[in-house]
Amino acid sequence: MGLFDEEAVKAVTEKRKDWEKNELNNVLERAPERLDNFQTVSGIPIERIYTPEHVKDLDYETDLGFPGSYPYTRGVYPTMYRGRLWTRRQIAGFGTARSTNERYKFLMAHGQSGLSTDFDHPTLTGYDSDHILAEGEVGRLGVAIDTLADMEDLYDGINLEKVSVSLTINHPAIILLSMFLAYAESVGVPWETLRGTVQNDALKEFHGQKTFALPPRPAYKVTMDLVEFCTRHVPGWNTISISGYHTREAGSDAAQEVAFTIAQGMSYVEGGLARGLTIDEFGPRLSFFFGCHNDFFEEASKFRAARRMWARITKERYGATNPQAMLMRFHTQTLGSTLVRQNPKNNIVRGAIQAMAGALGGTQSLHVSGYDEAYDIPSEDAMRMSLSTQLIVATESGVTNTIDPLAGSYFVETMTNEIEERAWAYLHKLEDMGGGNILDGMFAGIESGYIESEISRAAYTYQRRIESNEYTVVGVNDFISEDSQPLELYEHDEKEEQRQLDRLEHVKVTRNADMTNRALDELQKAAKADDNLVPPVLAAVRAYATEGEIMAALQSVYGEHTDPAIF
Amino acid sequence: MTTMQDTARILLAKIGLDGHDRGVKVLANALRDAGMEVIYLGMRIPPEQIAVAALEENVDAIGISLLSGAHMRLIPKVVKALEDQGILGQPLLLVGGTIPDDDIEPLKKIGVDGIFPVGSPLQAIVDFIKENRRSRS
Repeated sequence: MGLFDEEAVKAVTEKRKDWEKNELNNVLERAPERLDNFQTVSGIPIERIYTPEHVKDLDYETDLGFPGSYPYTRGVYPTMYRGRLWTRRQIAGFGTARSTNERYKFLMAHGQSGLSTDFDHPTLTGYDSDHILAEGEVGRLGVAIDTLADMEDLYDGINLEKVSVSLTINHPAIILLSMFLAYAESVGVPWETLRGTVQNDALKEFHGQKTFALPPRPAYKVTMDLVEFCTRHVPGWNTISISGYHTREAGSDAAQEVAFTIAQGMSYVEGGLARGLTIDEFGPRLSFFFGCHNDFFEEASKFRAARRMWARITKERYGATNPQAMLMRFHTQTLGSTLVRQNPKNNIVRGAIQAMAGALGGTQSLHVSGYDEAYDIPSEDAMRMSLSTQLIVATESGVTNTIDPLAGSYFVETMTNEIEERAWAYLHKLEDMGGGNILDGMFAGIESGYIESEISRAAYTYQRRIESNEYTVVGVNDFISEDSQPLELYEHDEKEEQRQLDRLEHVKVTRNADMTNRALDELQKAAKADDNLVPPVLAAVRAYATEGEIMAALQSVYGEHTDPAIF
Repeated sequence: MTTMQDTARILLAKIGLDGHDRGVKVLANALRDAGMEVIYLGMRIPPEQIAVAALEENVDAIGISLLSGAHMRLIPKVVKALEDQGILGQPLLLVGGTIPDDDIEPLKKIGVDGIFPVGSPLQAIVDFIKENRRSRS
């Protein structure tokens, strides 16, 4: 049943026509509007005004419901931020594990409530620090991890029973999470008590983050191995952080971000079901990760649309009965690609607007990107500013005092519907490509380059809108001011690379080489036999096999992936 | 020996392990729409491969993109590889990405012709190539 009775809507229509004819047209004749076409950052057309006419078919119960109730449009928990604020989780990682460990302690002293680990490119792509391709990137954009010894340094002195940890790693996720589990075991923390997340989203690597190490199908198999293992042995762990953030950073629009992320999620659900798990048991441990752009209402609507879609899909398509399996819990990161070099302190304001949209979209945790990230990884000052931004939005702005305050806005509800509709169009397309199922559609979409070229096209369209001044970026294409704002940038310590190389060398000469080699042989055999690979990877990391050695063992069976270089 | 042709040929590549390829792909589209011929090699391309491809394809410009912060380590290797192929100073060498202001002059000193940090207008890159293109040998 709609929110408005038909007669009332008809009356609004008549009044609107009167208003257009009399007041509006008079004004338009004298003073035309600023633009011929108004649209969102993603290019969705925006009308002059939204009225009950736009939402006349909205059904409160089935389309919105109550917080903590299906379809969760208004939020995943009954009290949302009135109960507990979102987790302030600024990602950090640079240099050696020891340096990052110090940064963690600094952040926790400044109001951070959860940890998130950023790995350097060699770690993300499965190479050891001493690999030729790693040169210059060891510890550069994240922390360098080669062996269990580094993991021991990384979380030294941090109580893993109290602090939740997020590991932002994908194709090598099985290796890094195994190191983490081995470390927890060695300090006497039972796996059952661990709380945290591993990104482990193999599929988004091919169109989003592009730090792939394995071809699509084996990468997916390894991801599902980890899901299966954790469902049985590490029950409090979020086994995949299904990520749209990188897809958006790669240039997608908001609807594509929702569509491809949900398609990834559906692929993992289909994989779990194929392994005999039930969605009610592993669904509750799937979490999500989105970006947040500058278009405030579009972004807030995007989160609401995604949450409603996931609830409907898990319940109606996959038969979830456990409400926990229908919840889209998500982390938000304000988008690095919206940060500009010109007048960099303006980026603080962009971060605040995006953080606010994340809050009004009902995020469970948040990272505000540093204002200086168009230059380098964030300085300590930028990270402090990001945390302050979160705190001010969370407390002073008052947006956390009531739940989903944008609900019922004619515009926001229309935009929420619009994004859902556009995302569904992509899902149907992928479904067709996959002959009826999303998983095969995903593989087809990746292997044919379809997903990448859709994203590329959107990225190019956005950039052209900036260059033609259709979309204003302050200080970039309009309101340009010459005043310079000198920044104290992050100072990369060039000596960290050598320290890491020494550490790796030390581990290699002091470990029991026979044990390491045996473990690697066993791993290779398990990969050939198509076994679950978590137990043999755990054995290898305990024997101080390096990340690169373990990945090489997997690649010897599965092959590698090369960039198709589509644009 | 070929003479100056109308269609500029541009080689684009990313070096190192960095996966941020949005900018280079947007640029590839823009150069193509500006009537240039674009050869995009993709990510994780070794400097030697870039130099060999630049020679074989007889390009007017090479664009290297990296947002990894490793430019001061990796760009000198590209320069060296071009030198080894005997083509340093022939095609224009452009670098784009997260390049702090302080690194711009040192990169120019070793032979980079143009540096376009993130957020540079596409048109500026198109114009730079058109204006500075050298005749091919």
